[in-house]
Amino acid sequence: MNNLITREDTNLVAKLARTIGASPKLATEASLAQAQAETNVRVGAAVSAGGMTIENLTAGFADFTAVSNISLEIIPNKITAIIGPSGSGKSTFLRCLDRLHEEVRGAWAGGRVLLCGEDIYAAGVDPVQIRRRVGMVFQKPNPFPTMSIYDNVAAGLRLNHFRRVPQLDEKVEQALRQAALWDEVKDKLQQSGAALSGGQQQRLCIARCLAVEPEVILMDEPASALDPIATLKIEELMRELAREYTIVIVTHNMQQAGRVSDFTAFLMMDEDRAGRLVEYGHTKQIFTNPKDKRTEDYITGRFG
Amino acid sequence: MCGARMNDQEQQPRREARVEPVSTARGLGQGRDHHWGEFLVENAIRVLGFSAIGFVVLIFLFLLQEGLPTFFRVELPILFGQRWYPTFDLYGTMPLILGSVLVTIVAIAIALPLGVATAVFVREVAPNWAREILKPMIETLAGIPSVVLGFFGMTIVAPLVRDVLGAPTGLTAFTGALLLAYMSLPTIISVAEDALDAVPKSYRDAGLAMGATRWQTIWRVVVPAARSGIITAIMLGMGRAIGETMAVMMVTGNAARMPVTADSLFRPVRTMTATIAAEMGEVARGSTHYHVLFGVGIILFVLTFMINLAAASVIFQKRRRGGLR
Ligand SMILES: Nc1ncnc2c1ncn2[C@@H]1O[C@H](COP(=O)(O)OP(=O)(O)OP(=O)(O)O)[C@@H](O)[C@H]1O
Ligand SMILES: [Mg+2]
Repeated sequence: MNNLITREDTNLVAKLARTIGASPKLATEASLAQAQAETNVRVGAAVSAGGMTIENLTAGFADFTAVSNISLEIIPNKITAIIGPSGSGKSTFLRCLDRLHEEVRGAWAGGRVLLCGEDIYAAGVDPVQIRRRVGMVFQKPNPFPTMSIYDNVAAGLRLNHFRRVPQLDEKVEQALRQAALWDEVKDKLQQSGAALSGGQQQRLCIARCLAVEPEVILMDEPASALDPIATLKIEELMRELAREYTIVIVTHNMQQAGRVSDFTAFLMMDEDRAGRLVEYGHTKQIFTNPKDKRTEDYITGRFG
Repeated sequence: MCGARMNDQEQQPRREARVEPVSTARGLGQGRDHHWGEFLVENAIRVLGFSAIGFVVLIFLFLLQEGLPTFFRVELPILFGQRWYPTFDLYGTMPLILGSVLVTIVAIAIALPLGVATAVFVREVAPNWAREILKPMIETLAGIPSVVLGFFGMTIVAPLVRDVLGAPTGLTAFTGALLLAYMSLPTIISVAEDALDAVPKSYRDAGLAMGATRWQTIWRVVVPAARSGIITAIMLGMGRAIGETMAVMMVTGNAARMPVTADSLFRPVRTMTATIAAEMGEVARGSTHYHVLFGVGIILFVLTFMINLAAASVIFQKRRRGGLR
């Protein structure tokens, strides 16, 4: 709750900045400063709804370690960006956060991942329940090919036994509106989801993810298959969604990480090719004043 | 295999575009410099290709030439009548057509759930080592000669059917359907499995990430996505079943009676293929009986053709609906 109010304050700052004619850059800086001030106060915030704490996460495939010993806190209602060179284990890390990683044959994971203070890897925890609380959007838009737009969004709700139609309609519309897709598809809800443009498909996937009202949304390079306009739309959408959701996004696009995220984690592989966390902090600090030489090199494009 | 390829095309229409440069390259090589080797190879392939088409057309023409007179020599009401007594010049093909249809449909009704379930098991559930063993085993099943299966059917399945179902004889339509189901299973399983395999991993991920269980993901996302390949599998299985001769002839009893009573499934029946195989050796060339047997061949061909057409139209429809990307 507390959090929501401050988020609105942040937006107020941005809005104010806009109305007095300041550049949009200034506005984001203002809101970033606000965000920083806010999170610095709240230590251990990850225990509240939508927060995640990752402790010594190590994961891999068969005898290969893809990510090694990663610990970090995902702050609720913030956007956390994961950056790093290709193969540094960003996707693997992300897929550990909703226990999707273990669906790959031979995959394993160790360490602890706490969602609102509960270990999602504890014995007796049903991964299916976790995945309903932690949604995921993938790099390549993947709407269910045989379902209509409506059914794509309703699919998750149907699994959760929302069978009463009026309520279903309402929820589908709400999710599509949240994903900024409603106006484009409201007249063709029964058409195949595969017949939309790539950007629309991706927003459909976001709507599908939002429909079940998860606490955290994981996004693995959600805009990498899209053109700049669609990308901006998705980014705008993410900022919008961060009011209600905690978002973790993997991206290769430094500008995107800078534009959209509040926090940034930089992963890189060691000599043994296992990905390790090099640096984690406020996005502004990572981009303007990185503590680690490797972070600086990566961000300035000197390698990777 | 078929199914897999088709799925690929649906999901990545761009692949076609990537093929183009290759054909342009060939066009260049063909140019003025007269690469004789290439010229020869290309024309040899062309001749072979056209002769294959030519043979198919020839066989078809032969079938038409020998079969079409039937439809003039025998009055249509008799030809599609209910009694097949060639010795009395009664050539009613209805019992044969219905016999084939009955046996085929029951066979597919048995093989379809079994085949798809097995494909799902092999693809989605079985551990790696089990799959490595199962796949070649299933494919070997397809290689068992049908006469061996027929023999097996006569000595083992037929007595079982008789004893368990209390039928007067074990040589029934049902026995034939059981054998045909068994024979079409390998085709159905391996084509359906390829179709499941061709479903991109991203759909599975989408289902699981949404909070569907593994089974929900398989039944609601993966199997529907592989639908066109699975339909192809069924059609291929049906094609195999309706055209199968030897095993069916050995176990169905071959009585040309109309399978229209409720117990027909557990009575002897006679299929089109069995009729042709059993009688062709005895007829005088050029007689009415001879032509009628070819006529039955044409009917069989038309039926098979319609099955394939149905399969193709299902696939085509789906491609049109989903293929805008
Ligand atoms: N299914 C798999 N089986 C075996 N190894 C895998 C599998 N998926 C990924 N890996 C390996 O794990 C390592 C990390 O892969 P991951 O996909 O997490 O990297 P990434 O940081 O997301 O890269 P990119 O930026 O290219 O997406 C890589 O070395 C990769 O080869
Ligand atoms: Mg990745």
